[in-house]
Amino acid sequence: MIRQRSAVGLLLGPFVALLLVVFLAPTLYAVYLSFFARSHTGLGFGNGRTAFVGLRNYGVVLTDPSFLQGVGVTLLYSAVFIPLVIVGALLLALLFDSGVVRLRQISQTILFVPHAVPGIIATVLWLYLYTPGISPVIDLMRGLDLEVDFLGLEMVVPSLVNIALWSGLGYTTVIFFAALRAVPREVLEAAAIDGAGPLRAAVTIKVPLIRGTVVTVLIFTVIAALQLFTEPMLLSKVTPLIGPRFTPNMYVYDAAFARNNHSLASAASVLLLVVCCLLSFAVTRGASRGGRA
Amino acid sequence: MTGRITANVVIGVGALYALLPLVWLLLASTVDTETLFASDFFSLENFALADNVQALFTQEKGIYGHRYLNSVLYAAGGAAVGSLISTAAGYVFDKFSFTGKNSLFALVLVSVMVPAAVLALPLYLMASAAGVANTVWSVIIPVLFNPFGVYLARVFSAAYVPNEVLEAARVDGATEIRSFVSVGLRMLAPGYVTIFLFQLTSIWNNFFLPLVMLSDQRLYPLSLGLYSWNSLANIDPDYYPLMVVGSMFALVPLVLAFLLLQRYWRSGLTAGSVK
Repeated sequence: MIRQRSAVGLLLGPFVALLLVVFLAPTLYAVYLSFFARSHTGLGFGNGRTAFVGLRNYGVVLTDPSFLQGVGVTLLYSAVFIPLVIVGALLLALLFDSGVVRLRQISQTILFVPHAVPGIIATVLWLYLYTPGISPVIDLMRGLDLEVDFLGLEMVVPSLVNIALWSGLGYTTVIFFAALRAVPREVLEAAAIDGAGPLRAAVTIKVPLIRGTVVTVLIFTVIAALQLFTEPMLLSKVTPLIGPRFTPNMYVYDAAFARNNHSLASAASVLLLVVCCLLSFAVTRGASRGGRA
Repeated sequence: MTGRITANVVIGVGALYALLPLVWLLLASTVDTETLFASDFFSLENFALADNVQALFTQEKGIYGHRYLNSVLYAAGGAAVGSLISTAAGYVFDKFSFTGKNSLFALVLVSVMVPAAVLALPLYLMASAAGVANTVWSVIIPVLFNPFGVYLARVFSAAYVPNEVLEAARVDGATEIRSFVSVGLRMLAPGYVTIFLFQLTSIWNNFFLPLVMLSDQRLYPLSLGLYSWNSLANIDPDYYPLMVVGSMFALVPLVLAFLLLQRYWRSGLTAGSVK
């Protein structure tokens, strides 16, 4: 290890400056704003008074039915999406790792490609595939006597899950596959000698050994689910079933830019931030206590 | 034997699921509005790719091309500079010891977990107070911050840059900065490309930050431009072929980058997940 102050300052300086300006400062500023509220005493803008209100904004957010509904949507979405993507990707990765798959490299690349598709475009693409008249999928299903309204009340969340699954499945598979490749081959050979078949080896040896990776991916997936914004935002322009406050992040955007209530938006942002930090902390703690992390 | 077949069928279905929507996009971009609604992609007389492309680049005085250049500038510029900042920082975390190093790195890890969207609103308020909201800087400076890149760079630096080589450079009288530029950075080049690739994607795909920061249509990146066109398509169906062909063109650089630079993103995912 080396000690040289000026080099550290020069090489690390730009990053630290960014950390202060675009991470710490906005975080603290959001916390600060969330403790104040503007009261409009007259007509028009600019003559409101800003006053310290303590935790009142948090109370307003947490008792706002539209915010709670957004939390409900996020929970429902997570409950469907997270098991699907984790189990699906694990299954695909284990199949790739088992050595029976032909054209492994190219199939992985194909599966990964949707990850390179921007969220907006993935949503537009699927929106068209959900739209009767444009979608060949709907035509095809109609041919089989199946009528599905992908943008109908019951299908909104599954339709959103499908977009996220399409984007994330291959990416997650490649991560799990990389972790499986790192499992020491001797362990698997020993298991084979002890009579464990491929299925048993997969479930009782491989999956537990890549547990740390699965947990890491899980945390990032949960955090991404909490941030759900781009996809429902775009869909909200075409279906009245997705309102402007459909998810917590949309609530923040709506509060800040449609209702011009920055304090309320900040309080909701800070709540999201706290939940993200708590979740990642809890999951990391739980994982390291339970064994390998 | 049946297991082998089942395995390949499952993978095959997965690959079709990934690929077919993109194939549809490719086919749909070659036809006119009417044919698009009829899903009749294979009759040659309706082949309208050239018309669609022409319409795309002439619509609203060529605003699509303008936004394309904006996206290229934001993504390539932001990723080139941002990855350099992250690589230098990761290198310092790996090779140097200084006061507060561990707590600073813990802060880096925490900031990886914090969703960028949570920070967008306060960033916007700070930017408007500083008078830089609705400028190029308001969408470039925040994306230069890439804590996950710093984490990756630290892992890469530990793996690729042997301390002995730096020691040798030091004995030869090279300053620390010089040995970073001529030894460290050279050995970290593959790591730099990996971080660049991930950052390029995330900036190209960024939607929330430009949505919050920009009100000038001429500064919009592609993601925001397509979003505003999508709202128009509900009123004027002639925007549908523009959306389709515009989406297709917007995908090309990323898909190409991922196909050509496979070993880099693979190494990034490996380093990010196994360690």
